[in-house]
Amino acid sequence: MKAGITILTVAAFASVPLWLRDPYLLNALITTGVFIIAAMSLNLLLGFTGQLSLGHIAFFGIGAYVSALTSLGFDIGFPGGFRLVHEPWPPIAGFVLAILIAGLCGYFVGLLSFRVRGAYFVIVTISFAEVVRLVALNWVELTQGPLALTNIPSIAIGLPGLGELTLRTKLQNYYLVLAVAFVAYLLIARLVHSHFGRAMRGLMENETLAVSVGIDVTRTLTLAAVISAAIAGAAGSLYAHYIRIIDPEVFAFINTVTMVIMVITGGKGSLAGPVVGGLIFGLLPVVLRPIMAPEAQWIAYGGVLIVILFVLPRGIVPSLAQRLAKRKREAATVAPVAFSERAKEPA
Amino acid sequence: MTSRAIALDVEQVAVRFGGLVALSDMNFTVGEGEIVSLIGPNGAGKTTAFNVMTGFLDPANGKVNYRGTTLNGLKPHQIADLGLIRTFQRTSVFPNDTVYDNLLIGLHRQGRVGLFEAILSLPRARASERRLRERAAELLERVGLARRAHDLAGSLSYGEQRLVGVALALAAEPSMLLLDEPVSGMNASETHAFVELIRNIRDRGVTILLVEHDMPMVMSVSDRIVVLNYGRIIAEGPPDVIRNNPDVIEAYLGQGATRA
Repeated sequence: MKAGITILTVAAFASVPLWLRDPYLLNALITTGVFIIAAMSLNLLLGFTGQLSLGHIAFFGIGAYVSALTSLGFDIGFPGGFRLVHEPWPPIAGFVLAILIAGLCGYFVGLLSFRVRGAYFVIVTISFAEVVRLVALNWVELTQGPLALTNIPSIAIGLPGLGELTLRTKLQNYYLVLAVAFVAYLLIARLVHSHFGRAMRGLMENETLAVSVGIDVTRTLTLAAVISAAIAGAAGSLYAHYIRIIDPEVFAFINTVTMVIMVITGGKGSLAGPVVGGLIFGLLPVVLRPIMAPEAQWIAYGGVLIVILFVLPRGIVPSLAQRLAKRKREAATVAPVAFSERAKEPA
Repeated sequence: MTSRAIALDVEQVAVRFGGLVALSDMNFTVGEGEIVSLIGPNGAGKTTAFNVMTGFLDPANGKVNYRGTTLNGLKPHQIADLGLIRTFQRTSVFPNDTVYDNLLIGLHRQGRVGLFEAILSLPRARASERRLRERAAELLERVGLARRAHDLAGSLSYGEQRLVGVALALAAEPSMLLLDEPVSGMNASETHAFVELIRNIRDRGVTILLVEHDMPMVMSVSDRIVVLNYGRIIAEGPPDVIRNNPDVIEAYLGQGATRA
């Protein structure tokens, strides 16, 4: 049944461009989709291992910069007269490199920061994101600093027999983001339902007990961090090639907070949670823009967040699922009683 | 005891917390297939001894050997890999998972498959999952929790959570089991059933070290008893000897009792 819902949801998303022609709305959907992928990656850490990474945007931004620089090329000097020159590569290579390098960063951050837990882990991740932002801002020769990397080429996909297809239009990018989001969703779903996912749950619920049955903490958490960072890197790459301009503002703390809000409202630890939360907070600006000034919109986001968490404290998806399960249980227990009463009557 | 090979060997172990001596110069051995109990008044250092043996605590002095491997410096999960598995006094379950899922987590050591095999759900990974599910059901049957399989572990009674803890430890395929106060919170009939379970586990070749306060239970199940008081061993021997040892009676009941 769950597979059925997934297929229906994907089909519904795939049909959107057929009836939605408004380019502004399509644009909002694409950027929302990119953020949903990032939120899903954050959920892998926050929802399934219980570790809050408040520097998650770092991996997204690293993915964006790696991908942009791979496809734009660069020429940087090092002390001692040594120069590193990189000729532009196809953007698709940038996409792959973004995943690999973001994953590698996840590995090192995980290895270093999982020595501590709770608030300390949160602080390490925030610091990491801030350091990366400062590098992007100040290494002007490589990143252009605040002048931004511009003219980033669109992603092109080689199709056998049809030549190369450059994804310039919104329609094409919409399907690209949808495809990547679907793959990321499947990857995370498979992972958390596997033996690795159970190890993560065990660590989240009772670390001492998990360790005593033979679960390796560092290995399990680092693995989650690598996959999470790699997916965030993929999202960053999609963002760079769609928006086609990247500046150090991408590392802003508010972007991480947005991801966290998407995960928490949708429901951390549920696969569909970030999708639902992402859609709400990604599309809320579109709904509110015609009726509110930008300042009032920020207040409205806060209000929506508070209302959702007040009514459904565990997040939308888990709370609704729980209510549904409860109703089913009640229906199941009420029915036999009614039946037995009726059975008595004829006598 | 004389003819048994030594499974666990604790040599001159000492633990200090600041100025407090939790354990001093502790020496004892547990033979293969033996049921040994570690008893003593509250604060005698029993749980501390468990923490040293399972890598949760590093001793200030001395060493612990298990089947020829020195455990000092190993991490808890590495010690678990040697087959030395423990249960806990308080935190014995994964509370937000069903009992059945608890066991699947506990079966971690049996379910190791490659990451890509798991993600792509290759035949080997699927076969491994099937085996784990069968094994989880089997273990639940064995400890008598089959009808609670789909309840959240956190919602179970204290005694039942204890059983889940033991099932989790068994899931890790121990060659030696360290049980920390397993029957506290159980009523008489539950305790009786539990003693049968322990004997049954031992008969399958698992060595058992038990920390417990329930004296009738300890006396009936143990091959040998080690008595701790204030961090040192004050007596050691079979139940009949321990029962009549004046030092032990004094430690438990105070001095007046020995004179009486």
